[in-house]
Amino acid sequence: MGILSSSASITQYCVEGKISEPVMETVANGLKRHAIEEIDDESSDKAIGWTCFNNPFSSDFNQTPFLIGTYFVFSMRIDKKTIPSKIIKKYYTLEMKKRLEKSGREFLSKTEKKEIKDHVLHVLNLRIPATPNIYDLIWSYESSTLWFFSNLKGANEELETLFTRSFKLKLIRLFPYSMAVLTSPLSNLEKDAVSQFTPTRFTE
Amino acid sequence: MLDVAVAYNRYKFIGNEFLTWLWFTIDTDQHFFQTVDGTITSLYLGNRIVLENNINDTSELITIKGDDAGLEEGILSLRKGAVVIEINLCYKTENQDWKFTLKGESLSFSSLKVPETGPVETQEDIEGMVLEKAYLYEKAIDLVNRLFNIFLKLRYTVEWNQNTVPKIKKWIRV
Repeated sequence: MGILSSSASITQYCVEGKISEPVMETVANGLKRHAIEEIDDESSDKAIGWTCFNNPFSSDFNQTPFLIGTYFVFSMRIDKKTIPSKIIKKYYTLEMKKRLEKSGREFLSKTEKKEIKDHVLHVLNLRIPATPNIYDLIWSYESSTLWFFSNLKGANEELETLFTRSFKLKLIRLFPYSMAVLTSPLSNLEKDAVSQFTPTRFTE
Repeated sequence: MLDVAVAYNRYKFIGNEFLTWLWFTIDTDQHFFQTVDGTITSLYLGNRIVLENNINDTSELITIKGDDAGLEEGILSLRKGAVVIEINLCYKTENQDWKFTLKGESLSFSSLKVPETGPVETQEDIEGMVLEKAYLYEKAIDLVNRLFNIFLKLRYTVEWNQNTVPKIKKWIRV
């Protein structure tokens, strides 16, 4: 569902603030500093970061340029390891059994159980590959607007956080109210009046 | 500006009223769209419309879908007090067409299909394609933003309550 897909989803954003000069270098640094890190052989279960557009398994922004025309074009990738609960339960039960046999006891304490669960998750996370989800974006620096190619709530929230961390700029999601007060050509008086709007009844 | 989450929920009715007004305008005044975008030949309802009736503390959803679906049920729902919360639109210019779905609460686009672009073979093709796609996406986004701005201006004036709302009520009754 990205830029080049036959069907796309788009959430509009307004970028608040100006990026520090030199713009290209600041954007490049933000992308590199917050590029996605591979977690396939790590115990982490989630990673979020920037990747190159149309080359989502590379974050070498020198090889794949992020400036196309007057737009910054890149992607956000969310890698997540999802371990089925039945697999966790299976290894947890086996590990518990092993620990009980070894200690010769009949019960394990709450702390020991938690320790076992953490250990099982750690080992499984090392073994399981992460599932990548890629979301493209087009950022028009000139018009301070950004189109994010997803309407998923979670992905939009991650984008807002990552963008602010990377570029020290605030992303404001555009929806009816924020469009009215931020991007519409209404006067200040008219914008204030929007806050006083109440629903219209179209029936008698 | 208000807190984003508060504003999103408190004022989502503005987007729903916009979609309801849009359906009314599509049905009664096609010429209006040419004054907004000179290249437009038509803007019409696509294959899906969702309405919501929130009267009496209960929420009722009415979904009408299908390429040749009749819209009588939708009008009937409006008559009962519903508003449009989601609409699929087809936007045509002389030789190109766009299709997309808009949600009233967010005005986000989904199932956005733009006119076909050429094949991609090299990296330069990709860059050209991105620019072409961006231009085509912008056409649809710009149209919706302009329509929304016109709606907001109208919604603010006395014209809304004195003229537009009575016309919408009449359209619903017919």
